[in-house]
Parts: sequence; C-alpha cells; structure tokens
Amino acid sequence: MPALPLDEAGKYVAGAYVVFVGLILVYVAIMASKLSRIERELEELNELADRRERGT
Amino acid sequence: MYGKGLRALSLATTVVLTAAFALVFFYAPNDADQGFVQKIFYIHVPMAIVALCGFIAGGVMAIAHLRTRAQKWDMRSYVAIHLSLILGVGVLLTGAIWAKASWGHWWVWNEPTLVSFLIIFLLYACYQPLRFSIEDPERQARYASVFAVVAGAFVPLNFLAVRLAQAYTHPRVLGTTGGNLPGDMRFTFLVALAGMVLLFVTLWKYEMASKHATMQLRALRRKLAGEEEPVRATGRTAAPAATLHARPDTH
Amino acid sequence: MRRTAAAVVRKDLLLELRTKETVPAMALFAVTTFVVFHFGLNRGSVAGDLAAGVFWVTLLFAAMLGINRLFVAEREQGGFDAFLLAPTDRTALLAAKAAALFVFLSVLELIAVPAFALLLLDPSPWPALPGLIGLLALANVGIAVIGTLASALAIQTRARDLIAPLLALPLLIPVVIAAAKATTPLLLAGGPGDVAARWPLILGLYDVVFALTAYAVFDFLLED
Repeated sequence: MPALPLDEAGKYVAGAYVVFVGLILVYVAIMASKLSRIERELEELNELADRRERGT
Repeated sequence: MYGKGLRALSLATTVVLTAAFALVFFYAPNDADQGFVQKIFYIHVPMAIVALCGFIAGGVMAIAHLRTRAQKWDMRSYVAIHLSLILGVGVLLTGAIWAKASWGHWWVWNEPTLVSFLIIFLLYACYQPLRFSIEDPERQARYASVFAVVAGAFVPLNFLAVRLAQAYTHPRVLGTTGGNLPGDMRFTFLVALAGMVLLFVTLWKYEMASKHATMQLRALRRKLAGEEEPVRATGRTAAPAATLHARPDTH
Repeated sequence: MRRTAAAVVRKDLLLELRTKETVPAMALFAVTTFVVFHFGLNRGSVAGDLAAGVFWVTLLFAAMLGINRLFVAEREQGGFDAFLLAPTDRTALLAAKAAALFVFLSVLELIAVPAFALLLLDPSPWPALPGLIGLLALANVGIAVIGTLASALAIQTRARDLIAPLLALPLLIPVVIAAAKATTPLLLAGGPGDVAARWPLILGLYDVVFALTAYAVFDFLLED
C-alpha cells in the first residue's frame, strides 16, 4: 500500500514532483506554439506556390 | 528524419516514467532516516545525472562540430545544453525543496551535488548570452562550441573539487541511508533514471525535429519567394540557433 | 613557436611598462578592496580561513580587471589578423598571453601581499612566505590559463567586459577552493601550520587539465 502521510512531508514531496511535471508541461507548451507557427508558415508557402502556378 | 521513431520513444518514456512513479509511491519503502521526504530523491538525483550527462554530451557534440564544421552538430549541441539547463533548473528547485523539507532551510551548503550544480548552472547560464552577443553566425557557432567543450570538461572537475572541499568538513546529509541503497530502492532508482534518460532523448529529438522543420521552411520560403517577395521578418523570439539557421543550407 | 611566444610576451610587457595601464589599476583595486573588506566585515584584523578567503577573493576580482584588458590591443589594432597571417603556431598566442597575465598577477601579488599584511592580516606572513609563494605561483598558472581562455572567448562579443568575468569566475571556483583551503593553515593566528599536501596537488592537477584543454581549443578561436 502506498505510504501517503499527508502531513508536512507530503506537501514537499508533492511540490517536488509538481515542479518536475510543470517543467515538462511548460516545454510541451513552447513546442506547441512552435508547431502552430510551422503550420501557419506552411500554409502561407502553399498559397505562394499556388499563386506562382496561377500567375506567371 | 528526427521525427522518425519519435512516437515510439514518447510512448516508451511515458510507460517507464509512469512505472517509476508507481514504484516510488507503491513499492519503495520509506527511508529509515528521512521518512517520506526521501521520495524526492527519485526525481532529484536522476534529473541531476541526466543533466550532467547532457552537458557533457553537448561538449562532445561541440567537438564534432569543431572537427567537421557541419552545422547540424552545432544545433545538436545547442539543444542538448539547452535541455540540460532546463533540467538543471529542476534539479536546483527540487534540491531546494528537499533541503527545506529535511533541514528547514531552502539552501544548504553541505550537499556537494547541489553546490556543484549551482556553479555549473551559473557557468552554462552564460551560454545563450554568449551566442546572442556574437553576430556572425559561423563565428557564433564556433565560439559556442569552444565554450561547450571547455564547460563540458569543467563539469566532472567541478564535481570532484566541490566534493573534496566538503568531504573534510561536513558529512553528506542529503544522501541515502548510509550510502548503499537497499535492493528495492535501488531498483526504483534505476527505473526512474531510465525514465529520465528516455525523457531527455525524447525531448531532444522533439526539439531537433522542430528546429529542422523550421530550417527547411525557411529554405523553402527562400526558394519560392525568390526575389519577388522580401523574406518577411517572422517576428518570433528566435533562439540563437534559429537565427543562425536562417541562412540557407549550402549543401 | 617559442620565439614567437617570447616576442609577444616581450611586446606585452614593454607595452605595460610604458603605459602602466593594467597592473597599477589591479594593485589599486586590490588595496581598495582590502579597505572595503575592513568596513564590510567590521573587523580590524583577520586570521586563518577568513584571512585566506578575503585574500583570494580580492585577488580573483583584481585578476578580472587584467582579464578584461588582455586582448583589447589585439582586437582594436588588428593584432589577431597579423597573427593569423604570420606563419606560426596559433597556440603561441595562448602561451604568450597566459605568460603575460602570469607576470601581471605576480607583480600584483608583490604589492597585494604586503598591503594585506599591513592592513588586515593578524599574524605575520613572513614565516609562511615560501609556502605562500608556492601556492601563489600554482594559483597564478590556473588564473592565467583560464583568464586567457575566457578573455579570448569574450573579446569578439558585444558585451565583452561583462561576459569575461561571468565565464571566468565559475571556472575559477575550484582554484579558489584549493587555494583557500591550502592557505588557511599558513595564516593561522598562532603561527603557520602545515599545508595539507592534497590541496596544492589538486591545484596543480587542475592547472594541467585546463592548460591541456585550452591548448586543444584555442586554435578554433583565432580563425577567420
């Protein structure tokens, strides 16, 4: 059975693990914004290519 | 090419890390001296080990960059160091929490791992400012690599020096019971370490894939836009390496 | 290569003798810092590990001044290009600059140690002098090598005066650790004790490792 004394100690351990998970999630969020930018740029480039086809 | 195998890697990381956390809370016994607080050890120390190896790996990749002058090694080195720095923040934070829980102070000087980490963190915190303040991309990459090599060589030396300085005044306090881990604790620790290594490699690949994709996009934009449209400033807060790779790949 | 290095060292020393820019500033900085320490610590005299600490910290920060100035002439007057065009081993520049910095530090210590003895040190340093000189020499090698490396890295950046100390100080912490631990028994109030052999050994080992590392990477800093 898990030993979960939710007294003083529990808060600190939870805090440490929250820091760890928090760092990962922040990283994921940053990657997500990079991904959406890449998506946007690809869209623009696609339009550019289309325009080129249609134009000259 | 960095994205290949990324899904499998992420899956493996999730499985191993979840298993590790389960082990920590359901399997590993409470430490005799420190009680429940000792559970922090299972993320603090693996993060520290992986961060240190990451710094050294960044140094090794920098050596590869200096030898081959291939830009990809510089990017790999940058990402490794960048990730290790983030992990380093985690090490310092979890270490402080551990110190507070064990000793009542948010910082202790007699834990050599933590002190060495602070010194290394202060050193590597100069890495990005150094890159930012050199404008010529080729020189920036070269100087960053020299820094990464010197700093990577410094990491083990610093650890030794700090440990020696402490050994004769204070005994280790935040270590484990008597230094030798009992079997079930050791197993949990190894699983946690494996999970952390997988996490590092996964995040590294993840970031490399993202940077690589951005590079290809820039090159594609240049090819399509040519002289018709000026390359618009993307207005992003680019990491130093991203600005560097704004130049087209000449091969 | 030795001749090139010797020539560059001679040039730097002559330059310093004529302009007297760097070393007097470093010495003045050290003496002023001792005064600041007196007020900061609110003590008339220090001994033992406190004395060792005050002394080495002051020395380190005075060295930062020298490190900041080390490659300025090369940078501003095209010395780097001249060196690249000359048919010599680039490592000669590393050796020369480190040697020059070593000399500057030694002159600095010639002034700083008596000043320290006068202003702040409780026991007399004279009986401990041979040990002290040996330790100073060892530490100077480390500071010179690391200082030259940090200075060369920083000189091409925009924020060179800021980056060089930030790079050099963490790298110099092991030097401070070993030097302070080694010096402490020499400055004890009751008279100098024995220096534990391990600290000079560690200092020497650190010097060697860093000298080798610097030798390996320095060439890459001088291209273009």
